[in-house]
Amino acid sequence: MTQLTFLIPIALLMGAAGLAAFFWAMRDGQFEDLDGAANRILIDEDDDGNMP
Amino acid sequence: MNALADIASAETGELVDSRFTVPGMRCAGCIAKIERGLGELEGVEAARVNFSAKRVAVRHTRALDDDDLTEALRHLGFEAQAVAANPLAQDDKETRGLLRALAVAGFGMMNIMLLSVSVWSGAGGVTREMFHWLSAMIALPVVIYSGRPFFSSAAMALRYRRTNMDVPISIGVLLATGLSLYETLTGGEHAYFDGAVMLLFFLLAGRALDSTMRNRTRAGIGALLSKMGRNASVIQVDGSTQRFAAEDLEPGMVMLVAAGEALAADGVVEQGQGAIDNAMLTGESTPEAVSIGSTVHAGALNLTEVLQVRITAVAGDTAIAEIARLMDEAGQSRSKYVRIADRAARLYAPAVHSLAALAFIGWMIAGAGWYQSLVIAIAVLIITCPCAMGLAVPAAQVVASGALIKRGLLVKDGSALERLAEVDLALFDKTGTLTLGTPRPDISALDGEARSVALALSQNSRHPLSKGLADGLRAASVTPADVSQISEASGHGVTGQWQGQEVALERPEGGGNQIATRLRIGQQGWTLTFTDSLRPDAAEAITLLRGLGIEPSVISGDREAAVAAVAGELGIAAIGNAKPQDKLALLEKLKVEGHKPLMVGDGLNDGPALAAAHASIAPGTASDVSQQAADAVFIGERLMPVALAIRVARRTMQIVRQNIGFAVIYNVFAVPLALAGLVTPLIAAIAMSMSSLVVVGNSLRLARAAK
Repeated sequence: MTQLTFLIPIALLMGAAGLAAFFWAMRDGQFEDLDGAANRILIDEDDDGNMP
Repeated sequence: MNALADIASAETGELVDSRFTVPGMRCAGCIAKIERGLGELEGVEAARVNFSAKRVAVRHTRALDDDDLTEALRHLGFEAQAVAANPLAQDDKETRGLLRALAVAGFGMMNIMLLSVSVWSGAGGVTREMFHWLSAMIALPVVIYSGRPFFSSAAMALRYRRTNMDVPISIGVLLATGLSLYETLTGGEHAYFDGAVMLLFFLLAGRALDSTMRNRTRAGIGALLSKMGRNASVIQVDGSTQRFAAEDLEPGMVMLVAAGEALAADGVVEQGQGAIDNAMLTGESTPEAVSIGSTVHAGALNLTEVLQVRITAVAGDTAIAEIARLMDEAGQSRSKYVRIADRAARLYAPAVHSLAALAFIGWMIAGAGWYQSLVIAIAVLIITCPCAMGLAVPAAQVVASGALIKRGLLVKDGSALERLAEVDLALFDKTGTLTLGTPRPDISALDGEARSVALALSQNSRHPLSKGLADGLRAASVTPADVSQISEASGHGVTGQWQGQEVALERPEGGGNQIATRLRIGQQGWTLTFTDSLRPDAAEAITLLRGLGIEPSVISGDREAAVAAVAGELGIAAIGNAKPQDKLALLEKLKVEGHKPLMVGDGLNDGPALAAAHASIAPGTASDVSQQAADAVFIGERLMPVALAIRVARRTMQIVRQNIGFAVIYNVFAVPLALAGLVTPLIAAIAMSMSSLVVVGNSLRLARAAK
């Protein structure tokens, strides 16, 4: 039973970390342009340095 | 990734952000072309494309204005339109709120499940009690945070003495949480925290899908009345001019309208003659000649020479505002439409609530004691909570709208899909709807060099014919020639120098009925005629509509003869010379006769009809107002999306009915178990997730519906 005192807080912390990561990603605009991100992989960046 | 932010923090002087919608971007190449092309422009610090929203955010110095950037995008080969700061912020906020609630519910659900599984596998005594306490500590904040969208909507409905889907949901969740708390406090055997939180999670998934769908499609649609002139130069008594905002204008003032300026008020031309573009008002793109005494309307674009216009009507009295008012009234009937989920809830909620009450009374009579009876009544509420029902409608509609977007049709929301499925008659406008709306030139007579000279000249002009010519040439993959000293003399044409010769696009001599322009290179000359042709697949789309049992017809403000010609070509009935009020009257008459008409139109004059029809679709080239009024917008030159929309909408409703039917069947099996007092939290959890998965799986079949 003593393992539970470690395992449950760990499980909760990991869940909370995932939740925090999701909130950060949303605030940072990671979900703003999902289709665009998929397409940007195909853009060559060699010719100039303008690409962000 | 953070180019915009980095540059903002650097010392770059005064910079402003502008946003443009660019509906034409389709691939990775377009993203690169726009971002590089704009980035090379003098004064542009950064350009960032949002591909999902078909938008470009440009950070630039004040030296550039929206027109310059739109022009630059046009040179890159993309039609663009400036948009206001962020009109979607409000909708966006709602979606974000729902997503946050969904994430929190998901977090709670997973952790509570972890604890519940151990309880179900036989944890007893102190461990079970501790796990119930932990579950309660997670569930309470989660229910309070994630349940808000449902609680507030249910409270709103109850305040107006109505009931909607959120009332049974809220009651179920609150009672389940309350009972579980009591169980935890008294060291009882069963706690339903997992059921309550899982219910919230699945229902929020449905809501978030619904809201994402609305945002995605609205992103492409512009802002109301953005094209109407915002201000005007008014001639003072002493002959000088002064700028007045549109709302400060008064009848009797004389305004000076420069070439390329939009009129801010209705009026009569006092001096000057030339042509105006009335596309905003009528959808007709052919320039209209005006001279002294002609009546002109707000929103029209002055194409040629400076006009002096005596104002007859301002702001709220203009023709444009009158149409907006008609639309407002016509749209009232549509807001009374009750969506299928709420129609189902009207039957469902009372049935569920009385069933739970009966269970309680029944077990009390059977002598089970108030505690046991209450537990069973709540189990009935949880098991019947419309989990599958809450997903049944949005899941199907989101998949269908995603399939339609790929085929070039943006449906604004779920209610639009429901109404599209019910239509039994279709009315089409002519210009811009059945036809392309932009005059297309006949360029077959031109050789390669002439074509590239024509493109170089035409892309430097604002005249609608020049725009049509440039579009036609670009479509034939012509690249512009190196023409220097290009200048536009309004009313006469564009001239320039190319390889030592004078080249020009000018008004043809003689004129005549046809719309035409004349290209001159040195001594040589070609006359290019323009026609407004039918959309390439109009006939097929009409046939498909007929196949769906929908009889199409044309109603247009154009001349009888012109309308009859188009209708004859397609073999459908036609009404010409119809004013906005006539269209509205016809729709009202059809509705009284019990028909559910679909209106497809583009001009501002179609606005009231679009708002009044049972469902409506506008092309992407339509005036802002029409796009705002329509339920769906189709993009591109093909008319087929209109017919497809009906087919997919009907298929969607079929799936939605299957889903609701499934939810009912599931209840028929689950409710007796609950009534018999056999439902434990484990059975509730399994039943809930199984039914939701089946509903989502069934809805995914729609992904292929638009093929």
